[in-house]
This record gives sequence, structure tokens and C-alpha cells, in this order.
Amino acid sequence: MLTKRIIPCLDVKDNRVVKGVNFLNLRDAGDPIELGKKYSDEGADELVFLDITATLRSNKTIVDLVEKVAANVFIPFTVGGGITKADEIGLLLRSGADKCSINTAAVKNPDILHESAERFGSQCVVLAIDARRTSNTTGKWHVTVKAGSEPTDIDAIEWAIRAEKLGAGEILLTSMDADGTQAGYDIELTRAVAEAVNIPVIASGGAGTLESLTEVLGEGKADAVLAASIFHYGTYSIKETKDFLKQHGVPVRPV
Amino acid sequence: MLVIIDYGVGNVRSVTNAFRYISSDVTVSCDPAVIAAADGLILPGVGASGYAMEKVSPIAGVITEQALTGKPLLGICVGFQLLFETSYEMGTHKCLGLIKGKVVPIPTDRGLTIPHMGWNYVKFAEGMRLFDGLGDGKHFAFANSFCAEVGDPDAKFASADYGISITAGVEKGNIFGCQFHPEKSAADGLQVLKNFVNICREESK
Repeated sequence: MLTKRIIPCLDVKDNRVVKGVNFLNLRDAGDPIELGKKYSDEGADELVFLDITATLRSNKTIVDLVEKVAANVFIPFTVGGGITKADEIGLLLRSGADKCSINTAAVKNPDILHESAERFGSQCVVLAIDARRTSNTTGKWHVTVKAGSEPTDIDAIEWAIRAEKLGAGEILLTSMDADGTQAGYDIELTRAVAEAVNIPVIASGGAGTLESLTEVLGEGKADAVLAASIFHYGTYSIKETKDFLKQHGVPVRPV
Repeated sequence: MLVIIDYGVGNVRSVTNAFRYISSDVTVSCDPAVIAAADGLILPGVGASGYAMEKVSPIAGVITEQALTGKPLLGICVGFQLLFETSYEMGTHKCLGLIKGKVVPIPTDRGLTIPHMGWNYVKFAEGMRLFDGLGDGKHFAFANSFCAEVGDPDAKFASADYGISITAGVEKGNIFGCQFHPEKSAADGLQVLKNFVNICREESK
């Protein structure tokens, strides 16, 4: 049986892991190389590295850092942040990434999904969606770009469906409303997207209690959960998380 | 020395990182002379198997020839799929044919999430050298939309239950393969690679 994945996320800025609330008020959370190795050794199922300054494409220091993190990470490793061209994915894959997440560039130029899937395979093309609830309609979310700073009028669910057709192999779905609040994932959003596509959906934004993880993996129909604060600040270890999920009937890889 | 065959399909970096981590004597090459001189060969690859077969074709002869002389060969993911006779990914493609069988799409009409992405329990067949020391089965990391149907009475295989049975590993004499990514399957995956290194050492004595 396929297990549900627990994925710590490293938001990286100036070579440090940071974490904010609703994408703002960043706090230091440690060294990316050390944290990456720690999570890989402790039984995390994957690792995500997001350059939140979105300079991956132009910044050699960041690519070098990806390389150093990857050298000690023996679980699938996704890298994203500022990717604008398929060539940049090639460079990151050669630096040790296994998958790349694309966000703003795919909204501006959806063909990048198709081109990347053709060249590197769908399995390494992750579409990241930062979604925000629309204020006037319930059950609707709009895509935001540029690290949440720029709203669009694109419907998040329609965008997910289109991205699957274009060749995305996975969706990393972040609720802008929930991110960093530790108040729980947006279950309704996650479920709506997971039911609309056949590719895996990673729920992100709002991880707080372990119940919130159980909820989004069950009711929310997510294939995987991304979390940052709860792991970086030691609220829960990977093992505690997996033990809890197992006790609550969620299939996980034993640590 | 082991050679990771770099034929320009996707990412050999993760495979190289993992082999270097378990401190084995490993090099990356697509030079036929280097391949011929190796104690063991690793054929990685990601993406579509048809495209991979096209890219590997200039050195397919030397790989097959070396495998048939008894040199250990480990195919990983798409490299594993290339070990079989035919792949039906985006057309019909003749593969290396070292193991009888074919590569077919995971059926889309069963409500399964595709790609088959993540950690799936794999049950080993008895006596598979590749999984030595790992008990009856372990979890490994997958990322595939196609899967192999083994039709070779001389091959042993390991399988993963994903609603349908997915061939997860295969072994026939000196030919080995994993559909999953051992280089990305934490300690148990590294053990699989160590087992392959040990097999290569024994065979080269």
C-alpha cells in the first residue's frame, strides 16, 4: 500500500531556513544543510527546499547550497523558487534535485509545464499553487503569484486541472490564508483540488496540531502534507508525527 | 570500479551521491571502453522509456554484451524498464531485452493517482540477493506512471501493492533492477545499493 508522505519544508533566505506567518514576519529556523540531513535521517518521506527570495535561476550561491543539501539527503528532494525556464530545471536536477516546483512562471507561461514534462518527465514537475480564499464567494480560491504578493483572478481548481493536462506530475497546494498560522490546513481547498485531479496533491499551510495533519490526509484527501514550523521549532518530531498518524489509521512508512 | 552510465536522461546526480555516500569506488561515464572495464554497471534514468531507449541506443550494444558476459547490471527506474523487451510508453519501443517482459501504463480507469508517487511497501521474493538483510519486505520511494510485466520464468521479482500489483524489483542471474529509487529510499535504499556493490565485488573476484 502507498503511504501518506510527511514532508518538512525548508524556506530559504540568505542561506538560512526561515519561517513567517502568512508569508510575512520571517524568523530564523536554522541551517538548511543540517536540517536537511536531520530530516532525511529521522524518517521524513521527502524534503522541499524553497528559495523564498526567488533567485534560484540567477544565483550561483543558491545552486551551490542546493548541491550541499542534496549530498546528505537520501529521500526525494524538491527544489523551487523563482524558476522561469526549463533549462533552469535541468541545472537544478544536475545539482541534486529530484523534482522542481514551478509557481509564478507557470501562471505567466503555462507552456513551461509541458516543455519541462517533455524534457525531464512529469514525475519531476511539481506545480506550486498559492491559493487565497475569495472574500465574496464561499468555496472559491484564487491563485496568487510572486510569493503571494500578486493576486490573480485565476481559479485555483481550474488551474490545477489545466496544469495536470499540461504535464504537471504533482501539485503543491499552499493555503495563503492558513500558512504559518498553525491553525490547521484548509481542508475544503485541499479536498476540492484533490478531487479535481488524478495527480498527487501535497497540502501545505497551517500545520499545527497532529490532528490537523490527520484531518487533511483523511477528509482533505491529500496524498502528502508539508509542514515547516512544527518540525523546525521542535513541536513534534517526524517519529511522533508518524506514530500519531498510524494510531489514527493513516498509512505511513514506519520510522 | 562501478560505472554509473550517464546517457543524458535526467538526473544521475542523486544516484552518484548515494553511491559515493556508501563510499564505493564509482565513476560516471558513457564511454564504451570505461563501461567494458567496469566491475559492475548502473543504468539510471528518469522520464519516458522510449526517449531513454533512443538516448541509450549508441551504447546499448556494449551494455548488453557486458551483461551477457555475466557483469552485474543494476537498472533503476527507467533504467529498470529498459531491461525488458518492449515498452509501450508513447508508442512501441524495443528495449534491451535482457529480461523477458514488457512495460505498460498503470491503468487509468481504477481511480488510482498517477504517477505512482511516494513510499510503497515492497514484498521480496525469496532468495533475492539485491534485498539481502532486509527481511521479507520494506518501504521504498516510487515515481512512475508505467510498470513492468515480467514474463521471464528465470527471473525473481519483488512487488508493490498499489491497488494493482507493481513490479518493484527484478533479479535474473547478474541482471538486477528496481522500479523504485533506492538512492532516494533512505537507509533501506542505501542497503540495496550496498548489496549491489557487494555482488559486484564477489563477481569480480
